[in-house]
Amino acid sequence: MKILEMNHIKKSFNNASLHVLKDISLSVSEGEVVSVIGPSGSGKSTLLRCATLLTEMDSGELIYSGEYAAKNNEHGKAVYSGKAELKKIRSIFGLVFQNFNLFPHYSVLKNLTDPQISVLGRSKEEARERAMQLLKKMGLEEKADAYPCELSGGQQQRVAIARALAMDPLILFFDEPTSALDPELTGEVLKVIKQLAEERMTMVIVTHEMAFAKAVSDRVIFMDGGVIVEQGTPSEVFDNPRMERTKQFLRNYSQQ
Amino acid sequence: MSLMTMIAKMFEGLSGTCAIFFLTLLFSLPLGMGVAMLRMSKSKIISNITRFIISVLRGTPLMLQLIAITYGPYYLFHFSVSRNKLIPVVIAFAINYAAYFAEIYRSGIESIPVGQYEAAEILGYSKIQTFFRIILPQVIKRIMPSITNEVVTLVKDTSMAFTVSYQEMFTIGKQIANSETSFMPFVVAGVFYFLFNAIVDYVMGKAEKSMNYYQ
Ligand SMILES: Nc1ncnc2c1ncn2[C@@H]1O[C@H](COP(=O)(O)OP(=O)(O)O)[C@@H](O)[C@H]1O
Ligand SMILES: [Mg+2]
Repeated sequence: MKILEMNHIKKSFNNASLHVLKDISLSVSEGEVVSVIGPSGSGKSTLLRCATLLTEMDSGELIYSGEYAAKNNEHGKAVYSGKAELKKIRSIFGLVFQNFNLFPHYSVLKNLTDPQISVLGRSKEEARERAMQLLKKMGLEEKADAYPCELSGGQQQRVAIARALAMDPLILFFDEPTSALDPELTGEVLKVIKQLAEERMTMVIVTHEMAFAKAVSDRVIFMDGGVIVEQGTPSEVFDNPRMERTKQFLRNYSQQ
Repeated sequence: MSLMTMIAKMFEGLSGTCAIFFLTLLFSLPLGMGVAMLRMSKSKIISNITRFIISVLRGTPLMLQLIAITYGPYYLFHFSVSRNKLIPVVIAFAINYAAYFAEIYRSGIESIPVGQYEAAEILGYSKIQTFFRIILPQVIKRIMPSITNEVVTLVKDTSMAFTVSYQEMFTIGKQIANSETSFMPFVVAGVFYFLFNAIVDYVMGKAEKSMNYYQ
């Protein structure tokens, strides 16, 4: 069953002078882990922002679990569904940001419980129970009453992952979840994502961590210049890339 | 007149001073938020008109605004000047301070990183929930020092009500100074304002501290 379908997505900035996504199609099935790699500026974040409704695309179809978030009108321009429909669709996905975006005025626990209570209408006890269960999973039980500013970057990112999971999304997006972290802190974050992958959580992960992408993904997508240049299993893309641009990108990476 | 009688008389005027002070805050703090919203409106026309009004209110003396609002209706429409001058005085102060608060709110709101809005949107918070649960608490913490400045200024500004002869502490002090040809009432007034602001500083400092549980 397809959870996400994106068909012929086009997006440009600066009055259509900067084409950032040029006809991108991508679908993700339940339980699939997809990594997106590519040079900086290739449109990876824009793709995630379009998928998560933070940015409106110019043209294309966006479908979650068979429900249209946007489709083209007769002029080939994307038209979004109504407010109620989009609200429903928003509950299907979660997004983990590069710089966490935790709520600084809420404790770790409240970061996890408030959205459950305010958005999902869960009871306080229910929200708390779910939050503590996830914090335990992230190894952050004892930080429940701390404030985000008291945590390391790696801990903050794990709280952000727990906050997203507390909403029980069917698919979780990650935009370079370890890029804002000191190198010695990336491991703890990659470990929890890896654990989610083993539990068959459906995920789309934009990352620069090649070894990680190779290890956790069912499918790897290489993007460059606003198009999907190549995609396939990790061994297809990393060990036997077909396209010259992919080879060059991976060569540059292994040199670093 | 003995110093004690003088102090007692001026102390009575303190109720007028307090009335201006508290009523101004009561009305201008929320009104300022409304004005800030208009100022940040997506409509260019609304935001520009609001910006112009704010710049007039901030760019002309409060004393002129007090006179205009107290006596303006008489000169324009021959309405009799209301006996109770508290109403026009509070209207003038509330409008003037709302303009200052609006700019403080606006800069506070604009200083919140866009990531906070985006995180809230992804989690499914409505626009109103996002504002009241996520943005506003952080804004209040950030703007507390600026608000404190305005409140301290307001304590001193209440003395301007003497220009329309509203019976507050300074007006009474000035009347005594004239009738007794004494400088003493001004000294007493200075001490009163200083003590008033010492209390304001203490209270606002407590409020700021209570928000220091996070960075
Ligand atoms: N809001 C925006 N306005 C204008 N240009 C943008 C905006 N967002 C992204 N871009 C441009 O789109 C291109 C792709 O950006 P992005 O999707 O962030 O790439 P990546 O995440 O792969 O590094 C870049 O050239 C970037 O400057
Ligand atoms: Mg990016």
